[in-house]
Amino acid sequence: MANPMKIIKNGIIDENPTFVQVIGMCPTLAVTSSAINGLGMGVSTAAVLICANIVISLIRNFIPDQVRIPAFVVVIASFVTIVDFVLQAYAPTSLYNALGLYIPLIVVNCIILGRAEAFASKNNAIDSFFDGVGQGIGFTLALCILGLVREFIGAGTAFGIRVLPEAFPQTLVLIMAPGAFFALGVLMAVFNSVKNKKA
Amino acid sequence: MVDYVLLVLAAIFVNNYVLSQFLGICPFLGVSKKVETSAGMGAAVIFVMTLASAVAYFIYELILVKLGIQYLYNIAFILVIAALVQFVEMFLKKSSPSLYQALGVYLPLITTNCAVLGVAVTNMQRGYNFLQSVLNGFGGAVGFALAIVLFAGIRERIEHNNLPKAFEGFPIALIAAGLMSIAFLGFQGLI
Repeated sequence: MANPMKIIKNGIIDENPTFVQVIGMCPTLAVTSSAINGLGMGVSTAAVLICANIVISLIRNFIPDQVRIPAFVVVIASFVTIVDFVLQAYAPTSLYNALGLYIPLIVVNCIILGRAEAFASKNNAIDSFFDGVGQGIGFTLALCILGLVREFIGAGTAFGIRVLPEAFPQTLVLIMAPGAFFALGVLMAVFNSVKNKKA
Repeated sequence: MVDYVLLVLAAIFVNNYVLSQFLGICPFLGVSKKVETSAGMGAAVIFVMTLASAVAYFIYELILVKLGIQYLYNIAFILVIAALVQFVEMFLKKSSPSLYQALGVYLPLITTNCAVLGVAVTNMQRGYNFLQSVLNGFGGAVGFALAIVLFAGIRERIEHNNLPKAFEGFPIALIAAGLMSIAFLGFQGLI
């Protein structure tokens, strides 16, 4: 059994799903118009990822190789449906409406199927749990940073709290669709240059 | 009649799935290095998405609603799409080898294209009838194809330019996509 801390750190930094692997881009770009939305989406995805990882690693020996992808997808879709219901019941309505269509679409988030295929189908349940935690935190962190940057520049707030004075010019384009592409592009370039300097 | 034309135009330009709703970003960034391959991907998506909207409509209306298990829509749709893609692949291989060759590798990738599932769920949530569902699926797919082909054209040009090291690859591609997205914002007032 590998060191749990190492698996978690691997998910957050070395194999960060957003900045390094560049997967799961759709929700990353779509819901990060504010930091709260990013956090909500990140936590929902992480919950599905952890549960799916555990279940898949438990049943990996019973599934014939040819039908493993459909089987994984059914497991993932079941957990997504559960998360959808939980959010509908307990999350604030504004958050649920903002995430809207992207909750059912967690099913096709390549991070989850990717981890199921690359990690959970080859490792035991405990390691898979830690892998889910690491990847989940890495994804949530990336969404929060992106959401924070866009919200701060676009609306002058952070997690809904006003930081810049009302009169400060707001760059609205950053909380609209094109801003998502710009912000992620620039953040990724920053991540790259930090990494290049270290290497 | 006018309504239906507007629906298709809105799906192509105003609510472009890639540039304003962020669906199907993975293939949009992944298979857009060459115009030729992106055109193949676009064609495959148009084909599957139109078909998937039609099939998902029947599954929802005839099975899920009849049995009162609408809450299982997500599981049902993703299985239908995966099966459909597999089926289309086998059918094309048998009946039209030349088309199969052209679409080839792009077909299996479509299962994980969230735009296809996105269209099925949107159609259901808005309560579209059969014709509206199919047209929305078709329009959305044409919008996707348009965006990916244009984007591939831009990326082919970028390839030959001298960039700061940190911006090479994905970062500059994302910024180019952002500029395209601004251009598509101009369609907002169209309808």
